[in-house]
Amino acid sequence: MNPRLAKALINGLLLGGAAVALFPLLWMLAVSFMPSGTSNALPPPLWPAHPVLDNYRQLFERAGMGRYLFNSLLISGAISLLSLLFNVLAGYAFAKLRFAGSEHLFRVLLGLLVVPAQVAMLPLFLMFKYAGLVDSYVGVVLPGMASVLGIFLVRQYARGLPDELLEAARIDGASELHIFVRIVLPLLRPVVATLAILTFLTAWNDFMWPLIELTGQGHYTLPLGLASMAREHTEGTEQMMAGSVLTVVPVLALFLAMQRHYLDGLLLGSVKG
Amino acid sequence: MKGSRAAWLFLAPALLVLAVFFLLPVLGALALSFTDYDLYALADLRNLRFVALGNYWMLLHRPQFWAALGHTFYFVVAGVPLSMMASLGAALLLHSPLARCKAFFRTALFAPVVTTAVATAVVWRYLFSTKYGWANHLLGMLGIHPVDWLGDPHWAMPTIILFAVWKNFGYNMIILLAGLQAVPADLYEAARIDGASAWRQFRHITLPALGPTLLMVAILTVSGYFQLFAEPYVMTEGGPLESTTSVLYLMYEDGFQWWNLGVATAEAFVLFLVMFAVTAAMLRLSRKAAA
Repeated sequence: MNPRLAKALINGLLLGGAAVALFPLLWMLAVSFMPSGTSNALPPPLWPAHPVLDNYRQLFERAGMGRYLFNSLLISGAISLLSLLFNVLAGYAFAKLRFAGSEHLFRVLLGLLVVPAQVAMLPLFLMFKYAGLVDSYVGVVLPGMASVLGIFLVRQYARGLPDELLEAARIDGASELHIFVRIVLPLLRPVVATLAILTFLTAWNDFMWPLIELTGQGHYTLPLGLASMAREHTEGTEQMMAGSVLTVVPVLALFLAMQRHYLDGLLLGSVKG
Repeated sequence: MKGSRAAWLFLAPALLVLAVFFLLPVLGALALSFTDYDLYALADLRNLRFVALGNYWMLLHRPQFWAALGHTFYFVVAGVPLSMMASLGAALLLHSPLARCKAFFRTALFAPVVTTAVATAVVWRYLFSTKYGWANHLLGMLGIHPVDWLGDPHWAMPTIILFAVWKNFGYNMIILLAGLQAVPADLYEAARIDGASAWRQFRHITLPALGPTLLMVAILTVSGYFQLFAEPYVMTEGGPLESTTSVLYLMYEDGFQWWNLGVATAEAFVLFLVMFAVTAAMLRLSRKAAA
């Protein structure tokens, strides 16, 4: 094929693909600024002729969106911090500390990945019901405090740390905790950043477990609040789009800011080792 | 042994969490699926009875469950190849030396992956609404009659599949792109000198080199797509005429609307077994093909 034609074709296809990928998101943003009821017209408008913030204001004043936003931030933040701590400790131990049965135990953990999370959800709900934890922040955070994939990611990265460095510190009489905090943690910074953003995004977007666990609107996260509005058909198109923007923009912004870390994690997690 | 005690202390919190909040519930699920746990047992545990394989036996005779399994397979069988083709196509385009602004295109094509499924499913519901939706507007410009995308039992699942492809293809695209970048460039060089066409290069160099990556990506996508839930929950509520009721949607309804937790866990287990069987078969078939 003529190289100029090939170039035009390839870039044209990329442009078309990007348009398809971005159109729903841009349309959502545009409609969220349209006055109530004006998006339901023919032809469907692409741009708000008179942009307003009413939809957002109403969501916060009437639909309790501020509460959902707070809940989402609290739950995703808590899950990220705690699981980061636990996964990094465990991943490092699997990579660098010697103990009987290490390989075997790790293989058992990887085996857990085969079981879909939903299998555990019904008994977990019953456990929490008898423990009085249904409809609580704690009930959403607890099962998210460690993940096999997170441990795996840290282990993959930590295996590359130089053993001599750790041995030298041990000969100097440093405790394992001291070595971890002073030497290992700073070296693990890249994988910690990667895991932090992966975990936060997953927790923010999570739907099924919070839906089961959080039975009252007071604890709803943004996806739960949005889904319940969508199923009740109480809000107009423009407000639903404003709600979607509020749900999507925080994670999209976080992704754009830390894109490299996110994609590194995605690739690290997909390599078998 | 001092070192090994430290190791166990480091492992303890994560292992405890996984044991108590995952392993234990999974084992509990197996036990629960052998009981008739329902609303009465929820009120008073003394009403709980052991029914052995009764729930599983009942599921085998329940058309609703077979229908849900069928809808889930429909979603997987149509959705996974479409997603993979979109991912591979996008990765090939991005990998081409002729492509411009690669960083921008990569980010744009990947953006749907990080968005919240519930939120973008809401957006798609309006884009595919019969009267004011853009999908029908564009069809109208081509002179095609409007389609009742989410209200017609024949179209609801294809619409959800389209949404899933849009939402997910970027993930595998990134993995496949990394796979393409790992193929040695001199292989293509040699092929070009031999006068091999672009298609033959793709067929005889790219595809074999990508093989293991494609298989891994396919298996991950299959097990992900079997877990269809949020999309029908938001876009169709399992309808119309239950045409988008997946196994997990049925499990959620049986478990948390009707409180038949025994039946619901049996459904979860059957889904797990099906997923396991399908992914194991994929692995075995690919090994046979490679041998």
